[in-house]
Amino acid sequence: MALPQPKQTATDARLAALDLPEGGWSAPARQSALARLQAMGLPGARDEYWKYTRPDTLVAAEAPTAAVFQGDEPLVFDGVERLKIVFRDGVFDAEASDPLALENIEIARLADAADIHWAQDLYGKLEEDGQTPVERPLAALNTTFATDGILMRVTGKVSKPVALIYYHESETSDAILHHVVKVEEGGDVTVLENGPAAARFNKVMEVDVADGAGFHHIRAQGRDHERRAATHIFARLGAESTFKTFTLTVNGVLTRNECVVELTGDDAVCHIAGACMGDGDFHHDDTVFVTHDAVNCESRQVFKKVLRNGATGVFQGKILVKQGAQKTDGYQISQSLLLDEDSQFLAKPELEIYADDVACSHGSTSGAIDEDGLFYLRARGLPRGIAEDLLTIAFIAEAVQEIEDESLQEEIVGRVEAWLLRRRG
Amino acid sequence: MLEIKNLQVKLEEEDKQILKGVNLTVEAGKVHAIMGPNGSGKSTLSYVLSGKDGYVVTEGEATLGGEDILEMEPEERAAAGLFLAFQYPVEIPGVGNMTFLRTAVNAQRKARGDEEMSSTEFLKVVREKAKSLKIDAEMLKRPVNVGFSGGEKKRNEILQMAMLEPKMCILDETDSGLDVDAMKLVSDGVNALRDEGRGFLVITHYQRLLDHIKPDVVHIMYDGRIIKTGGPELALEVETQGYAHLIEEEA
Repeated sequence: MALPQPKQTATDARLAALDLPEGGWSAPARQSALARLQAMGLPGARDEYWKYTRPDTLVAAEAPTAAVFQGDEPLVFDGVERLKIVFRDGVFDAEASDPLALENIEIARLADAADIHWAQDLYGKLEEDGQTPVERPLAALNTTFATDGILMRVTGKVSKPVALIYYHESETSDAILHHVVKVEEGGDVTVLENGPAAARFNKVMEVDVADGAGFHHIRAQGRDHERRAATHIFARLGAESTFKTFTLTVNGVLTRNECVVELTGDDAVCHIAGACMGDGDFHHDDTVFVTHDAVNCESRQVFKKVLRNGATGVFQGKILVKQGAQKTDGYQISQSLLLDEDSQFLAKPELEIYADDVACSHGSTSGAIDEDGLFYLRARGLPRGIAEDLLTIAFIAEAVQEIEDESLQEEIVGRVEAWLLRRRG
Repeated sequence: MLEIKNLQVKLEEEDKQILKGVNLTVEAGKVHAIMGPNGSGKSTLSYVLSGKDGYVVTEGEATLGGEDILEMEPEERAAAGLFLAFQYPVEIPGVGNMTFLRTAVNAQRKARGDEEMSSTEFLKVVREKAKSLKIDAEMLKRPVNVGFSGGEKKRNEILQMAMLEPKMCILDETDSGLDVDAMKLVSDGVNALRDEGRGFLVITHYQRLLDHIKPDVVHIMYDGRIIKTGGPELALEVETQGYAHLIEEEA
């Protein structure tokens, strides 16, 4: 079926501005993704899935410019013992990175992985599976054109987190990175991500978690005010596996984080959480799709948004429980703390259930600072500003507590405190 | 210490007079108790004194150590030495009890122009005080009041009071939700803070609490006024005979 003309035009313009990386083991996957992309076209303002977030700047042939943030405070996770992998405007920086070697994990770059590679069975595969029932064209574009990324195969418990650190240095950078993580049976890894990456960033991470394996992901999306990002996580969970991801977003004119998880083995656990702090020209979209296709699995979605000065938060979250996925325990909560009347939160929580023995709950709220809490703190002598900050931290606590490691929780809370402090001046 | 003169208060949202001219003086070193039936305005009095929104003072005054407190923000009243132990302490998830306590102590010190307490000194003091209230390290680490039992919440209030060392303590139905053992523990905590420089206003429904925290003066509040003032025997009278005869006397 032919695409509507505006969509066709936009898609053609974007494709014309990109070069297809040549050859290698990923070529067939890229060709297949390109064909899928051409069939679906890039997202437009009239697409239902983009009702609350305008895709035009994410889709445009040229990335809108974004000033590079100037700040001198230490970056998040700086104090964490980790294996560092650095990208500047989407380009791997070998000098700033640690050697890509660590026990129980095999790490390679997408750009120079050998011709025959384990990632061949996964690259673009989970992304393709995640295209139904809802199309995610920016992810197909990513599979097709990604210039680099990290391929990790985890064979045991990894002793320290693997950190992907992104720097944004050029006002016009347009980065496309594609990571693949395969956690084999008995494997367990923590992946950290931080930094604003580029003026415009398109990132996909495919995560295959085998039976009994664990994957933990903590991400802090950077402070650059003008940067734009569209990210996708596609995950497939085996039996008795654990998948936990948390994202903190502070600032950014446009962020869309999609997370698509399929629970395919019994007794798997999937937690997806996020907190965002938005001030002024800020638009943040969390789009989540969790599919239960096995028995006795648990999934949690916990999203908290703090919005002020006209910031916008979006949540589209779905739990799909397939026929036969009995004993599913699904939970979804999305909440916003609106610090003034100009800010808005748009939420579309969805449940679709085809099994008859499940427990699924969802809720969504918007509200102001809790007056009782505020009075309690002020009655103890805390000035209003500090009291409001503490209550803001209290508001996002349920999401932050999804991070298992307490020291990483503290890292995240520390960033939130710094953000709040800056806002109070 | 605390002087309240002809205090008249109505609700902000509706035209309803709650306090209709309260007169009360709590001297330093004394414990005053206020008893009274439900809806007489006891809790309102505690909220108005500590600065909660939603009330309008239409007449009268309240001073603490000679300073007019009604014009102050709640945090200024706290720094001036006023402390309200809440009937329903609020849960603050994600904020550690210890962090909260230290922030409060130092905020008040800062407001008074005193030096902030160092973390080692703070730790030492808080551990000592927590111990006497049977508050363990685990409870100090947990988020403020989250998942605390009724007794733990009230003990936590007293710990805050002990750390903040206020001049004037108002206890709003601190005995509600407490079993006998917890009441003893809380009362011991309060009694340990009794000294010449500190005043107490204990709001309660039951004489029972006053067995533990022995008052110097007992007031009976009804319909927004103090209708009778006496010694500890007044509380016993209420316990055996109820309020009806006192209200009739007043009418």
